[in-house]
Amino acid sequence: MKRTKSPSMLRALLAAAALSAGTPALAAGGHAPMPYRFEPDTGNLASVQRGARNFMNYCAGCHSMRHLRYSRLGADLGIPEELLAKHLMFTSDKPGDPILSAMPAEPSATWFGATPPDLSVETRMRGPNWVYNYLMTFYLDDKRPLGTNNLILPGASMPHVLGALQGWQVLETSHADEAQGDGHGAHAGPTFKRVSEGTLGEKEFEKFVADTVNFMVYAAEPGRADRISVGMKVMLFLLVFTALAWLLKREYWKDVH
Amino acid sequence: MAIVPNPYKTTGFLGWIDDRFPLTKLWKDHLAEYYAPKNFNFWYYFGSLALLVLVNQLLTGIFLTMHYKPDAAQAWHSVEYIMRDVPWGNIIRYLHSTGASAFFIVVYLHMYRGLLYGSYRKPRELIWIFGCLIFLCLMAEAFAGYVLPWGQMSYWGAQVIISLFGAIPVVGPDLVVWIQGDYIPSDATLNRLFSLHVIAIPFVLVGLVVAHLIALHEVGSNNPDGIEIKKHKDPKTGVPLDGIAFHPYYTVKDLFGVGVFLIIFLGVVFFAPDGGGYFLEKPNFQEANPLVTPEHITPAWYFGAFYAILRAIPDKLLGVIGMGAAVLIFFALPWLDRSPVKSIRYKGWMFKTALAAFTIAFVALSYFGMKPPSELGTLVSRVGTIVYFAFFLLMPFYSKLDKTKPEPERVTYEAH
Repeated sequence: MKRTKSPSMLRALLAAAALSAGTPALAAGGHAPMPYRFEPDTGNLASVQRGARNFMNYCAGCHSMRHLRYSRLGADLGIPEELLAKHLMFTSDKPGDPILSAMPAEPSATWFGATPPDLSVETRMRGPNWVYNYLMTFYLDDKRPLGTNNLILPGASMPHVLGALQGWQVLETSHADEAQGDGHGAHAGPTFKRVSEGTLGEKEFEKFVADTVNFMVYAAEPGRADRISVGMKVMLFLLVFTALAWLLKREYWKDVH
Repeated sequence: MAIVPNPYKTTGFLGWIDDRFPLTKLWKDHLAEYYAPKNFNFWYYFGSLALLVLVNQLLTGIFLTMHYKPDAAQAWHSVEYIMRDVPWGNIIRYLHSTGASAFFIVVYLHMYRGLLYGSYRKPRELIWIFGCLIFLCLMAEAFAGYVLPWGQMSYWGAQVIISLFGAIPVVGPDLVVWIQGDYIPSDATLNRLFSLHVIAIPFVLVGLVVAHLIALHEVGSNNPDGIEIKKHKDPKTGVPLDGIAFHPYYTVKDLFGVGVFLIIFLGVVFFAPDGGGYFLEKPNFQEANPLVTPEHITPAWYFGAFYAILRAIPDKLLGVIGMGAAVLIFFALPWLDRSPVKSIRYKGWMFKTALAAFTIAFVALSYFGMKPPSELGTLVSRVGTIVYFAFFLLMPFYSKLDKTKPEPERVTYEAH
């Protein structure tokens, strides 16, 4: 996003806009380098299940997923209804209900500067790699109202909800200057310095985020697995069909000279 | 000539129908005794494929309309509802969204075939004109359909395209409000685009396709040699010597074409329905927001060339005129080509060079039309625009000056 040194009013507006996930424009405008590479794997059922647990415990308090129903989630991820009700359904007791957050939309806009966006198709809008990097790159920044900022979405109004798990980190800004001093100007990627340990180790936390994003990728298109499996069958049929059509054509065209 | 019912004197149940409706006559005139040149090549698959894609769009469209809500507050959500809660809704939606892109791919190749082999030349001018009208309808249909999911790119794409009418002197701004039914694209706009997309335009489109086929079957198909097969007929039967019955020869051949096409098309539908962000754009996974402009508003890929022409011309009104002219100039093609031969096989280096330059210009324009503005993009788009129009406007001269090769008497065909 564009950094402006304009009056604080405009800055506040820009920040608010950037926060609402509803603004791909400003958010995408940053083009910050992504320090992590993440490939989603929704075929890993255990990971998607853990991701669902993570999402319900850490995200769903503020973010809805209004296009996914609990019952669908349960059916797709093989979670029986009792477990679903006991461990995942915090805002509703009807399995047919969509995943709504308890956060009231309008006051939350005042609290955070923007209503936390619905995350039903977040990974299709931003890409899974973006979401993974976003969750990994919160850092302490005392210039921000909540004390944290984000590398991928500068000025993000979301607090670092996973801070207690990841531990807290600061952005090393001096790195580029040092590199220049050494005469190796090429490397100027952002680096983080851990200032306190979280309850999860580094690898554990990466896995935690990967699980969560895998779940979000599943949730962005719950019919994806079925689509691909039907697609395979359709392709097999079409290969046979096309081969037969070719033989039929050749047979008929024998009498064209 | 008066209409004589049942000219083939069929009997029984079929005879009963034929006495009242020309079923056998239609079957014979358009399929079993419609004689098409036997030397059709790869390029001749795209007509029947366009028909297949049209049917796909109509059928999937019917099912989407059952679940879609043309309401600015609900449209985007109803699309997600289709994607999740309607059984196989995601497949139906992908068939339709991928079908839109496939339609343009197939129609562009179909039109290109016309350029290669002079299919627009006498006596096929009306086939070509009906085809151009179909292309116009298709563009309007695609634009209206693109807006319906009411995502960010839908909304801002609509805003950009409708605002183009604002460039028209005097009435422009009022015209924009009249088209939108509001001062900005809104619920009223969405509702009317829905009406146009599901009723008005498809109705006209299907009618034009029928006219296109009636005209085609009246004069007969052109072929890669660009010569008339009706010049050499069997004296006894009156059947062209180089013609073969459309059914069964071309129905079985097209069946094979359909198989190959479906492998590619359904491959995209089932395994890559986003089409790398070109068939379903990422910003459209976010609901339309009139207060937030996307960083970069891109047209759908199939409008890229025309959008690039719009941007290449510095003046807004002239840009709009240029963009419109780029589409409408296709109508004039039958009268611009003065070559004594139809097919590129017998045309000389001038036409071949011109067509190659046009092809490169169209691809380059399409590419830069989808990219954010840049100096290189503007330069290439300007050169491309000049080449694009020069191909058409200079055609009366170069097609006449060009040294052509003699056409053969009979079509070139080797049995295999």
